[in-house]
Amino acid sequence: MNHDHYDDSYIRGILNTVKNIAIVGASANESRPSLFVTKYLSERGYNVFPINPGRGGELTGGLKTYARLADVPERIDMVDAFRRSEDIPKVLDEVLALPSRPMVFWMQQGICNDEAAAKAEAAGMKVVMNRCPKIEYGRLSGEIGWVGVNSRTISSKRQQRILGGVQRLRLNKE
Amino acid sequence: MANEKREPGFATLAIHAGAQPDPTTGARATPIYQTTSFVFDDVDHAASLFALQTFGNIYTRITNPTNAVLEERVAALEGGTAALAVASGHAAQVNVFQTLLTPGDEIIASKKLYGGSINQLNHAFKSFGWNVVWADPDDIGSFERAVTKNTKVIFVESIANPGGIITDLEAISAVAKKAGVPFVVDNTLASPYLCNPFKHGADIIVHSATKYLGGHGNSIAGVIVDGGSFNWTASGRYPMLSEPRPEYAGIKIHETFGNFAFAIACRVLGLRDLGAALSPFNAFLILTGIETLPLRMRRHCDNTLKVAEYLKNHPKVSWVSYAGLPTDKYHSLAQKYCPKGAGAILTFGLKGGYEAGIKLVSEVQLFSHLANIGDTRSLIIHPASTTHRQLTDEQKIQAGAGPDVVRLSIGLEDIEDIIADLDQAMG
Repeated sequence: MNHDHYDDSYIRGILNTVKNIAIVGASANESRPSLFVTKYLSERGYNVFPINPGRGGELTGGLKTYARLADVPERIDMVDAFRRSEDIPKVLDEVLALPSRPMVFWMQQGICNDEAAAKAEAAGMKVVMNRCPKIEYGRLSGEIGWVGVNSRTISSKRQQRILGGVQRLRLNKE
Repeated sequence: MANEKREPGFATLAIHAGAQPDPTTGARATPIYQTTSFVFDDVDHAASLFALQTFGNIYTRITNPTNAVLEERVAALEGGTAALAVASGHAAQVNVFQTLLTPGDEIIASKKLYGGSINQLNHAFKSFGWNVVWADPDDIGSFERAVTKNTKVIFVESIANPGGIITDLEAISAVAKKAGVPFVVDNTLASPYLCNPFKHGADIIVHSATKYLGGHGNSIAGVIVDGGSFNWTASGRYPMLSEPRPEYAGIKIHETFGNFAFAIACRVLGLRDLGAALSPFNAFLILTGIETLPLRMRRHCDNTLKVAEYLKNHPKVSWVSYAGLPTDKYHSLAQKYCPKGAGAILTFGLKGGYEAGIKLVSEVQLFSHLANIGDTRSLIIHPASTTHRQLTDEQKIQAGAGPDVVRLSIGLEDIEDIIADLDQAMG
């Protein structure tokens, strides 16, 4: 498929379906976007598994970190890769070696690898590249508008609060 | 919307962009969140907000849900990635330049800017150590020649006030690109309905939302729109965006926020520290105005063209400057950059000079004599005795505000009444 553009329904479908997300390259450094994404997705109700080879067993944003994807004890629905474009094939090989194949292979904003995308698709996975799931969730839920960002969506449907918080919104189902 | 291939049109965005029904009450119109502060969900949530790790509201000086709707609305209308609403158009300019410049840096600016902006750049900005080099939008070479190693930004108005000048945005954008600096365009007089500077090479747009966006002469506001097109990290010359921020645990704004980094920097560094926050009540009034922007701009332009044609044939008028007239010097640029209309500001010269200008503004009955533009009401001013009186005679003429010049901001009244008033006042 064409990875220059994604319909909102494609991204919304992914984010409404996956539950368990592994973040490869999650950092515990307070200045790193990978930490923000880890925490944000966790706070929106996803089970997030930070992956970092040097920090297995430690906490990242309060979540237990695993050294390798293969160490995660649960089925992974989506892998979000915070790795350089040239290192993506190695990440994908680890993904393809998992006992249960994830539904989604996602490469972060700024990360593109067409060959890996084609290979992941051939293996039956949905692929997103050069996007950030935090930004996409914020865009499609409407949260990103709170900081004046153009969500490029319009809707006459009421925004949905996540129960238990006042400043968190859910994605609409459609 | 159901059909993803369809992009919503301008009028639809003017009404809907940024404004979903309120999640708590279902309110369909955007509520006025008249509050200074917002409670946190919990301590971790507060920490994430203060560290810029999540989206949300802390304090109305930095974000407010009513203002946010205005911001997203204008960003959508301009085709930008994000926006920031502030207390006035002047505040928008301070905020933009403070994010880009450090003492000793240079701004290349059009010498035909609005007189208030000329004052701001000449006086306040110089006192900050930001040096202004003036260039002439009628002479693109003057922009090229003004570029030095200290140039950090080029600044123009798409339609310049009061001269009726249409700026050749693409030509000046090419100068900015070659110099590796962002191109900032004030799109106040055109509004996004008439001109789309991002399609012509602008990197950042500023607005005095006081004018056509609000449109009703009732609220002062400014907006900054990020085009998402400039690489803030490449040259290392924009450290507020490219370098680690000590107050935010060392994050780099450009790296973290990508193509909307400039709008975020203006908010979490500029607005946070400079403090020119917009009242949510004023944001609400501007938003209400924007809902009818396309209808109003069409009527403004129709009325103004008729006034221009009337004045052109008036025996006491020596010249009319309005780019909507086919004979106007800027008509071809207007057809390129604002094909739907040349705006609602026009200037003309009275054969009777300064005294005739004073007489005209005194004798109008429908036109209001005041220093604003972009109202539903028709407005008149004699710039030489008011808005531009602080400039030298030479600067006045350069800015299109010589002694015989009268500026009109044509409103939405019946055209017959507008012309009848000018007719009786000119005698």
